[in-house]
Amino acid sequence: MDRKRRRDSDVSVTTTGTPAEQTEQAHRSGAWDGFKGGLWRDAIDVRDFVQQNYTPYEGDGSFLAGPTERTTQVWEKLLSMFPAERERGIHDVDGHTPSRIDAFAPGYVDPDLDLIVGLQTDAPLKRAIMPAGGWRMVETALGAYGYEPDPAVKDVYTHLRKTHNDGVFDAYTPEIRACRSAGIITGLPDAYGRGRIIGDYRRVALYGVDRLIEAKQAEKEQLNAQWPTEHVIRDREEIAEQIKALGELKAMARSYGYDISRPAATGREAVQWLYFAYLAAVKEQNGAAMSNGRIDTFLDVYLQRDIERGALTESRAQELIDDFVIKLRIVRFLRTPEYNELYSGDPTWVTWTMAGIGEDGRPLVSRTTFRALQTLYNLGPAPEPNLTVLWSQRLPKAFREFASKVAIDTSALQFESDELMRPKYGDDTAIACCVSAMAMGKQMQFFGARVNVAKALLYAINGGRDEMTGKTVVEGFEPVTGDYLEYEDVARRYDAMLDWLAKTYVHALNVIHYMHDKYAYERIEMALHDQEILRTMACGIAGLSVAADSLSAIKHARVNVVRDETGLIVDYETEGGYPAYGNNDDRADSLAQQIVHDFMEKVRKHPTYRDAVHTQSVLTITSNVVYGKKTGNTPDGRRAGAPFAPGANPMNGRDAHGYIASALSVAKLSYDDAEDGISLTNSVTPDALGRTREERIAHLSGVLDGFMASGGFHMNVNVLDKATLEDAMEHPEKHPQLTIRVSGYAVNFVRLTREQQLDVINRTFHNSL
Amino acid sequence: MPLLLGQNPAAPATLNPAASASLNPAASATLAAATPAAAATRHPVEGSVHSWDLSTGVDGPGTRFVTFLSGCPLTCLYCQNPDTWRIRDGRRTAADDIVAEAAKYTGFIAAAGGGATLSGGEPLLQPVFAGELLHRFKHEVGLHTALDTSGFLGSRATDSLLRDVDLVLLDIKSWNRETYKKVTGRPLEPTLDFARRLARLGKDVWVRFVLVPGLTDDPANIEGVAAFAASLGNVSRVDVLPFHKLGASKWRELGRTFPLHDTPSPVPEQVASARRIFEAKGLRAV
Repeated sequence: MDRKRRRDSDVSVTTTGTPAEQTEQAHRSGAWDGFKGGLWRDAIDVRDFVQQNYTPYEGDGSFLAGPTERTTQVWEKLLSMFPAERERGIHDVDGHTPSRIDAFAPGYVDPDLDLIVGLQTDAPLKRAIMPAGGWRMVETALGAYGYEPDPAVKDVYTHLRKTHNDGVFDAYTPEIRACRSAGIITGLPDAYGRGRIIGDYRRVALYGVDRLIEAKQAEKEQLNAQWPTEHVIRDREEIAEQIKALGELKAMARSYGYDISRPAATGREAVQWLYFAYLAAVKEQNGAAMSNGRIDTFLDVYLQRDIERGALTESRAQELIDDFVIKLRIVRFLRTPEYNELYSGDPTWVTWTMAGIGEDGRPLVSRTTFRALQTLYNLGPAPEPNLTVLWSQRLPKAFREFASKVAIDTSALQFESDELMRPKYGDDTAIACCVSAMAMGKQMQFFGARVNVAKALLYAINGGRDEMTGKTVVEGFEPVTGDYLEYEDVARRYDAMLDWLAKTYVHALNVIHYMHDKYAYERIEMALHDQEILRTMACGIAGLSVAADSLSAIKHARVNVVRDETGLIVDYETEGGYPAYGNNDDRADSLAQQIVHDFMEKVRKHPTYRDAVHTQSVLTITSNVVYGKKTGNTPDGRRAGAPFAPGANPMNGRDAHGYIASALSVAKLSYDDAEDGISLTNSVTPDALGRTREERIAHLSGVLDGFMASGGFHMNVNVLDKATLEDAMEHPEKHPQLTIRVSGYAVNFVRLTREQQLDVINRTFHNSL
Repeated sequence: MPLLLGQNPAAPATLNPAASASLNPAASATLAAATPAAAATRHPVEGSVHSWDLSTGVDGPGTRFVTFLSGCPLTCLYCQNPDTWRIRDGRRTAADDIVAEAAKYTGFIAAAGGGATLSGGEPLLQPVFAGELLHRFKHEVGLHTALDTSGFLGSRATDSLLRDVDLVLLDIKSWNRETYKKVTGRPLEPTLDFARRLARLGKDVWVRFVLVPGLTDDPANIEGVAAFAASLGNVSRVDVLPFHKLGASKWRELGRTFPLHDTPSPVPEQVASARRIFEAKGLRAV
């Protein structure tokens, strides 16, 4: 379709006036024709709109359409650009223009072919700089890829304007700095965007920007009536920023020829409006995870209405979703090579949450849920968007089997327990990043990265001295003096060390998030939230299995210590066996449960910035390799520098009874102690799921049912042959799209470092013998 | 199982209390009276166990709790578990412990679909222990039960044991008697006798046939197995298992030479054509 002609035919309606008048205008414009229900018309309430209007789909995937010629043409154009990008690290960057929502001229993959328009900059794969998070990160990244920083921009962000990173280091204590460099607290979002905030991008499509501005203005007026305490002033300033951001969003859309001040009137507009809102977020924030929420069933209402009106075919509906997904696949941020090493590749965590069951018992599965999964066939597998299925045994069987089939074919899905999340967060919950649940538009988190609880155990044993450097990082602790480790003694020391760690950790997070709000506030994402929201302080732990197994070794075997000439305990000699976490054996699993529970309790003792509710995740991303590097020999027999298991996974090779026993050990960790999620990654060969394709699909669906019924929270599923991965290591050019799941998200296997690739391969390949 | 009810009312229950806590009252009442080995021995039943494992789709339908018993009278050339051959290499394990372990998976298996499988080794080398486990898997834990056997010791399976078996995975390794002897070191006839007995009992059977190029892949040989299986009337499925060498390292660890070291795995087309031979006899082959 010709873009110009389409634009001319669009009816432009400017909406101003009271909400009631705007509702009336939306009616007149036809945007809401045929939609049912009332609550959502009077207040911003997308959930109500979805519930009143969506059509649950209980059938199978036979209605789905393949890619159109146009889709293939657009995708192939990008595919041809990826190898050089991978080779160089980035395709291109504009180092002169600090990004803003309306900073760049319109960009297209192909101006004649794009159905859904909009890019972060004026050209595909060209990255932008977002220095509000920190100048050093920008300069290092530019330098790494051979670009000179623009002196004028540098002057602004080093002399004239303070960044988040500057603010944080002004308020950090020496102790926090020491923890940071020792690697006991790592990955803190103190030099980059914290991310893990999901704007309710659907609001822009349903209401149009003007109505949202109106609502924000009304909220601001309420604040104007309140006495200006520090909190009230901050809130007023934030809302003012949100309103400005909404204005910039309109301007950005206008530059592409769209008037999004009014509600979307068609399926295509709904996708486009929603994408513009998301695009504004990724033009403004280089967040660690820029997830896009729970959108398919919302969009389905519009697509379904067009189909019923005879205005849209299935092929066209699929094409819109395919084009939208293409845009999500090319979201890019400028990051340093070290950052990419930590997170394995270049992840953006455009997490797209789907399915689950509504509070009224209807499945939140629509035809567009299927269409979103179908993109993995139409465009081939890819790590982004991070397609996340909220699983329940109550989902329609046809959907469960379709999702299982897609997982087997692409290894690009993750599954999370709807039954665990819905009671806590409701049925309009989306996942940010990997496993962080939040109610759309009503909740955000302060991302807290994680602490290394395995290293903390070594600190407990060595009285606060770092086992790698010998430096004293924590003052006031005494080392173990005997020749072997006594469980009661170590447990007591560990408890005290975790007390210290929790305190230092929350201290650091309060500083970080204060400064992030101050210097790198997420204006557009927060504009798409309610004024009153729930904030969580999302703490996290890494190294759980190493810590649990080490405690089990100390408890059930005899662990002798080996000291160097300075008295530092640098190694352990273990006599006798011990039960390991990952065998569904309570003797070891209870130790893991205890660590998670205790650390949560300890974190809760410390007040948080903005009274955020403390939560915790057991999730390492792939940084399990990096954390392992920074941790010395451990009492479980793991050697210094060896990778940890990812997330809540048991250690490689210690699970002796298959992946289900291993999964059930993980399922014992209480979600109440880890409301920010518990991540499990399983890799199986196809043969280990059954002998025929049909059986494998049914069995995987059954395994997911069984895992969730046993209290499991999250499972990544890789169905891969070891041989395929080995071939991809040697011949990356043959496997450009090979996708595998690691701790909560998917990555392009060929973009991993060799070390990470080997770690993935060596990780228990569950192959039935 | 009605037949066992009251058979020996005085027999002491050998359950451990933890495991019995999960029973439904009806099954519990049955069990107290009916644990076959308990009736005979009054002692906790023990057997030689190699390991247990959870597997999906390869040891019977669905996800299964698989107990590998030690000891096997056969010495198959392609054996993937040679470490289970000798009964004395296994660990003496109480049935109570295995049952308690299986009971941890009832919730999972109820949701996922599946059951418990006795494998090995040859489970029928320890018929009392095997019978005890099958009975308790079925009646105490409430799982679908499968017995994975070569059938060579089928005569040791009592009718009572077989009543506790929902599905028999029966290996018929060859039809050609000489080949069978060559592959297993034993005669074929006892397996066929057992198969016929299972047919008379109307027991559900999956026949398993390992396709080894140059050894068992003669079409006439496959035809023989297929015709026999089809004649039984109770074979609901045939698994044609392509020979693989994933067990070769275990032979090495045991200081033995893997006899089929140089034998290739069959290519997909060979497997497909073997399946077609079974399908031509009206069997479902996968």
